Amino acid sequence: MQLARVIGEVVSTMKDANLVGMKLLVLQPVSPSGDSTGRTLVALDSVGAGVGEAVFFVRGREAAFPFYPAEPPTDASIVGIVDHWTVDGEDRR
Amino acid sequence: MQIARVIGTVVSTQKNRKLEGAKLLLVQPLTLEGQARGVALLAIDAVGAGVGERVLVVIEGKAAGDALGRKAAAVDAAIVGIVDEVDLVEA
Repeated sequence: MQLARVIGEVVSTMKDANLVGMKLLVLQPVSPSGDSTGRTLVALDSVGAGVGEAVFFVRGREAAFPFYPAEPPTDASIVGIVDHWTVDGEDRR
Repeated sequence: MQIARVIGTVVSTQKNRKLEGAKLLLVQPLTLEGQARGVALLAIDAVGAGVGERVLVVIEGKAAGDALGRKAAAVDAAIVGIVDEVDLVEA
C-alpha cells in the first residue's frame, strides 16, 4: 500500500459495466514527509474518500477485493482514509 | 521478500472492513548496504515490529493476505519477520 492525497475526481459516462456506480478519484502518491512523489493515478474508492484527504491505496489484483462479490476491472483502490501518520516522532496529516 | 526499515506508523479510522484491527506501518526498502531504495510503502504488521527495526517485507497480494490471516483482503504488502542480522558471504 502507499500513501496518497486525493487531488481530483474523474467522471466517466461510458465505462465497463462493472465500474457503474463506482467513484473514480485522482491520486497523487506522497512520501512519508508528505511531498508528492511519482506519477498520479486513478483509483476506485471503497471507503468514501474525498478531495483533499490523505488516503492509502492498494495496487494489483487485490484492488478488486473491497468490492466483492463484484469484480470491477481496477488495478488500484483506496482502502483507507488516513487520520494521521507519524515519522521521526512528528505527526503529519 | 525485501529488507526494509520501519520508519513510521499510520492511523486510519475509516478503512476497508477486512483491514480492521490490522497494524499499519510505513516501511522504507533498503539495499543490502542499508541505503534507502525506492519509495516508502505501507505494510500490514504480522509480527509485532516497531519503528526503527529492520524487517522482512513481502510485496505481493496473496502472501500479504496470508500474513494477515484473512482471505481476499485488500492488502499488497506485509511485514513477515524482524531481521536480527544479515550475513553476506563474499563469492
